[in-house]
Amino acid sequence: MAEHVLTGDAPAGADAVEGLYRGMLLIRRFEERVYRLFLEGEIPGTLHQYQGQEAVAVGVCDVLRRDDWITSTHRPHGHALAKGVSARGAMAELYGKRTGCCAGKGGSMHLGDPAVGMLPALAIVGAGNTVVTGLGLSMKLRKTDQVAACFFGEGATNEGAFHEGINFAAVERLPIVLVCENNLYGASTPYHRVSLVPDVAERAKAYGVPAQIVDGMDVLAVRAAAAEAVARARAGAGPTLIECKTYRFTGHSRSDARDYRSDEEEAEWAARDPLLVAGARLEQAELEQLEADVRAELDDAVEFARSSPLPEPGEALDGVYA
Amino acid sequence: MPETAVQTRRLTIAEALREAIAEEMRRDETVFLLGEDVGVEGGFGGAFGVYLGLVEEFGHERIIDTPISEKAIAGAAVGAAVLGMRPVADMQYADFLFECMDELVNQAAKLRYMSGGKLSVPMVMRAPVGTTLRGAQHGQCPESYFVHVPGLKVVAPSDAYHAKGILKSAIRDDNPVLVFEHKLLYGSKGREAAGGWDLTAEVPTDDYTVPIGKAIIKRPGSDATLLATHVSLYRALAAADQLASEGIECEVIDPLTLNPLDEQTIFSSVQKTGRFVVVHEDTLTGGWGAEVAARVADDCLGYLEAPIKRIATYDVPAPAAPVLEQAIVPQVETIVTTIRELLG
Repeated sequence: MAEHVLTGDAPAGADAVEGLYRGMLLIRRFEERVYRLFLEGEIPGTLHQYQGQEAVAVGVCDVLRRDDWITSTHRPHGHALAKGVSARGAMAELYGKRTGCCAGKGGSMHLGDPAVGMLPALAIVGAGNTVVTGLGLSMKLRKTDQVAACFFGEGATNEGAFHEGINFAAVERLPIVLVCENNLYGASTPYHRVSLVPDVAERAKAYGVPAQIVDGMDVLAVRAAAAEAVARARAGAGPTLIECKTYRFTGHSRSDARDYRSDEEEAEWAARDPLLVAGARLEQAELEQLEADVRAELDDAVEFARSSPLPEPGEALDGVYA
Repeated sequence: MPETAVQTRRLTIAEALREAIAEEMRRDETVFLLGEDVGVEGGFGGAFGVYLGLVEEFGHERIIDTPISEKAIAGAAVGAAVLGMRPVADMQYADFLFECMDELVNQAAKLRYMSGGKLSVPMVMRAPVGTTLRGAQHGQCPESYFVHVPGLKVVAPSDAYHAKGILKSAIRDDNPVLVFEHKLLYGSKGREAAGGWDLTAEVPTDDYTVPIGKAIIKRPGSDATLLATHVSLYRALAAADQLASEGIECEVIDPLTLNPLDEQTIFSSVQKTGRFVVVHEDTLTGGWGAEVAARVADDCLGYLEAPIKRIATYDVPAPAAPVLEQAIVPQVETIVTTIRELLG
């Protein structure tokens, strides 16, 4: 069995930063735009937003191929955009339009698209932790060199599914990367109130799975750890767990006033905003150009979503069975 | 069955199921098996020996012994199914399905729909049911929980011929299919000599399938329609034999599939007989028999000459003592008495 700590020093060229930054900026501005449209009544339902955690989705998905797969959670907008779901497809899905990536059947909590290697997001906490083992099993049985990554929060590690999934992945040496986004709170409950083990990475040891803790606000650190874990999975050496220490800048869901967190704590994490961390490596002119690019892409996405047709009511009955 | 000379042998349900899995695994390399104790050398071949010999032919790569982790078994089946495989997952007892309700009900059943029809989930989950003196947690008949779920198919074969054919159909189906079998019906050679039913059947050596969604008329009759599965089906047939000696002819139907239900066969029968009785070993309240009863009432009210009757296990957990278990599960005499009353 390999040692439990990875070095996390896989190289990422400086020229990669611009692409990574753009990926994170797209998510940030997408989420801000969506929130406003939600308040204006254009987007129905509820929202669980990803601001603050962008470095995790982007850092991991950057080292995945299009034919690699991810599973996601009730907070999937960032994962979807990072894995390659188009802003148009994601936005139209939030609008409940037929042109959405799930034809209006999935909505905010189930964004995904098999064409880019993303299951419809699974909004039951821990659900991806067992389903991802099947993706890995298929890859292993078909003898491909694909990899499956599973995004989940620290809260999911108190679900039975986490433990059954990681153990099965370990004993079958499945090509899986377990990406824990430890944003410190399960809804309003701080992790230290519900686990005596402060680091999720520690839990991986119980299953013989190598694990690493990374700064989830630094996209290069996430990317380096993910690159190593993905290489390990592709080589048939089995699963790895990466614990990304991160923070969501918004509430758990749309109506959360965040009274359970202190202003000081929020300010501390805001200073480590992944856009600031990565942006410090770029020139001002580059940043402005990327802002303009992203604004144009989102203008287009919103216009596409607005002008797309609603599903016919009868379409609600389609697609239950193959 | 084809009309030309068909080679057959008598097989038990366990043997027929084993053949179905082996033949499908030979035919299609995406088919594989996973579950607890399914392939360990010197082990059990699954809780009821259905898989004996499979690991010797197919190896551990395709006969996967899992940890005792029902959520992982079901979740792995879902994930593999959406990515090009056709898993056959095993639950040692149907009671254990409650351990993986999320994977079956929230994931397997809904992934296709949530994806806007882009994905399919071609998986099979086999699960043995039935009160067999094992008490409250190894004897339930939980078919009804899954009949309720849009996106799942539910089949319940009761003899070797149909078990083999419908398991093959389930493996080839592009949807999640739960296959419920009764523990008392697996290995039944010689049971007739001991006073029980002969549960072996002639099974063709050639490839064949039995369609999902088609009921079977096991015994034609004109006075009452009896719908039943598993052990209750054999009790219904025994009751029909007894009643025939009194001049009452029951039509006995094995639904074979509980979702989607073959309404046409059932409704046609009720329209002919004017009386409908459904018998199941699941408990009464909210059982699948209630759903069939409601549909029959909806469609056949004008033909009914008597109230619809449900005969089911009493609404209690299964007790262990044989005399107590027998007291709560539908028996032949209950069926006979009920039919007599309907014709009285």
